[in-house]
Amino acid sequence: MKIPAMRMREKLVVRVVSRFFIPFILLFGLYVQFHGDYGPGGGFQAGVIFAAAFFLYGLVYGLDDLQRVVPWRFVEVSLALGVLIYAGVGVASLLLGGNYLDYKVLDPHDAKHGLHLGILLVELGVGVTVSASMLAIFYAFAGRRAA
Amino acid sequence: MTEHLPALQTVLPLMAAPICVLLRQATLVRIFSVAVAWTCLAIALTLLEMVSTDGPISYALGGWVAPLGIEYRVDLLNAYVLVLVSAIASVVMAFPLEGSELRIPRERHFLFYALLLLCISGLLGITITGDLFNIFVFLEISSLAAYALIGLGTDRRALTAGFSYLVMGTVGGTFILIGTGLVYQMTGTLNIVDLADRLPAVSGTRTVWMSFAFLVVGTSIKLAAFPLHQWLPNAYTYAPSIVTAFLSATATKVAYYVLIRVVFTIFGAAFVFERVGLSNLLLPLSLIAMAVGSLAAIYQTDIKRLLAYSSIAQIGYMTLGLSLANVDGLTGGLVHLFNHGLIKGGLFLVVACALLRVGSPTIEALSGLGRRMPLTMAAFVVGGLSLIGVPGTVGFVSKWFLVLGALDKGLYFVAFIILASSLLAVVYIWRVVEVMYFQSPSHAPVREEAPLSMLIPTWVLIGSTIYFGLDTDLTAGVANRAAQYLLGGGL
Repeated sequence: MKIPAMRMREKLVVRVVSRFFIPFILLFGLYVQFHGDYGPGGGFQAGVIFAAAFFLYGLVYGLDDLQRVVPWRFVEVSLALGVLIYAGVGVASLLLGGNYLDYKVLDPHDAKHGLHLGILLVELGVGVTVSASMLAIFYAFAGRRAA
Repeated sequence: MTEHLPALQTVLPLMAAPICVLLRQATLVRIFSVAVAWTCLAIALTLLEMVSTDGPISYALGGWVAPLGIEYRVDLLNAYVLVLVSAIASVVMAFPLEGSELRIPRERHFLFYALLLLCISGLLGITITGDLFNIFVFLEISSLAAYALIGLGTDRRALTAGFSYLVMGTVGGTFILIGTGLVYQMTGTLNIVDLADRLPAVSGTRTVWMSFAFLVVGTSIKLAAFPLHQWLPNAYTYAPSIVTAFLSATATKVAYYVLIRVVFTIFGAAFVFERVGLSNLLLPLSLIAMAVGSLAAIYQTDIKRLLAYSSIAQIGYMTLGLSLANVDGLTGGLVHLFNHGLIKGGLFLVVACALLRVGSPTIEALSGLGRRMPLTMAAFVVGGLSLIGVPGTVGFVSKWFLVLGALDKGLYFVAFIILASSLLAVVYIWRVVEVMYFQSPSHAPVREEAPLSMLIPTWVLIGSTIYFGLDTDLTAGVANRAAQYLLGGGL
């Protein structure tokens, strides 16, 4: 007896388990993102982990559903936005009287706090751009039609 | 605010690129990009002015002082290259995309401008930074943008051309990274000035010799120095003409600048020419490049490929200037960096204008174009004369210094080959001119000139080849001071 091939979304176990996992992957991504200035981690790793949750969703539910959750336009905008956050922090420190990317001036009272804030924002920029570029790569490959 | 100009020089185009993606609307993006490019030019000119009166400027990025932090260091040499790159960028940005061979529709033109701005940012970054590792980072930014820009050509072969450039460029970039790693291992520093201080103490070790080899070969790939030029003809031929105009005028020039930095600032002329003996290799290769490039150009049937082979020959002139290692020779090389940028940028813009009307880049398709587009083709003739090196054009100035440098060393055969290669340039330019002016076209010529919006940028570059051929203060004057400074004299 031949069992007809099921599509991924028709498999109960895959569907339930992936639903269960996705929030935890997202949460772990955020942890790596914001814990990056104390321990291992940072924007790059966090961005990839964060995007991995969307890949899982896309693999199970299909590209169309994923693009309903994260439209291409949104990916494109966040790609640009992350770079702008990074460079914008640099410009902000310029305007506050320091050199480019000199975070110490971000908090006029406490240089150490300024450094902390600066690295947090810069890593956020990295995280946004990296997860958007991972998604852009995923869309580019998954969206290819056989020619 | 002027003390922050070194940072703004690269940050401005870097931030402008994502802003283009957010703006999207084609006309808006174009106006914005032109404004950014012109501001970059203004910054570069201000920096050159500041440096030539007050000496080198150092800028500590993030407030971390060199040698630990990343330093942007502007001296006469790189201020001069910054001016070239941003000047070419401001002309090319202003050139309209309508009718150019781009595979993307008008709604997606904002991506072209974003890529071009990233490429500009990378090239300016390579030039301005005083940190060897930072050079590699900016090299990757500019190269990745360049691969994508080349792939935008309508001819499908643009994709393979872009890909083979990617492979060669990555090999080159990796070599530079390996070289950087090796000197870092030996000296514990990445700052260029600091490296220059610390390298003499360890210059006898094999590690340093290897790192020198990796750095020189890596930059030579990026420079397309003979025999590492294989990627260049296809990339220049199949890329959109406007991209070719920009890359031919800037990317190889910046690579030449990096080579000069590696040779004269980091390792020092004494190590490179007396102990390693780079001239023994580079001088013959430069002469072969001049001869082979020009000969190959003569046999091309495609105008873009003809100009690409001519570029290989012209790069030979530049490396020749480096390998002569005297003030006149190096001045010639540095002047040619600027002059060839203007000439080739201008000539490829002429090709872009011509393609608007004829649609095929073969030389035969140009027949009778001298009457159809008199102003455009006059620009080609003037650019061609500069390429040959007729007195009164910039080409003459470069070759004059190179011949002086060769005679100064008593290398009469080198001077002879410079002149012989110029004669070969006469042959390949004449082939095109003959077809344009003296061959009767298949149908009656109607005058249909390229629009003014294309003619003006083209003539700005071509006109400047005449201007800088007569007034050599900015080019030869600065190049001469930079050459003296590199060879150990004071500024």
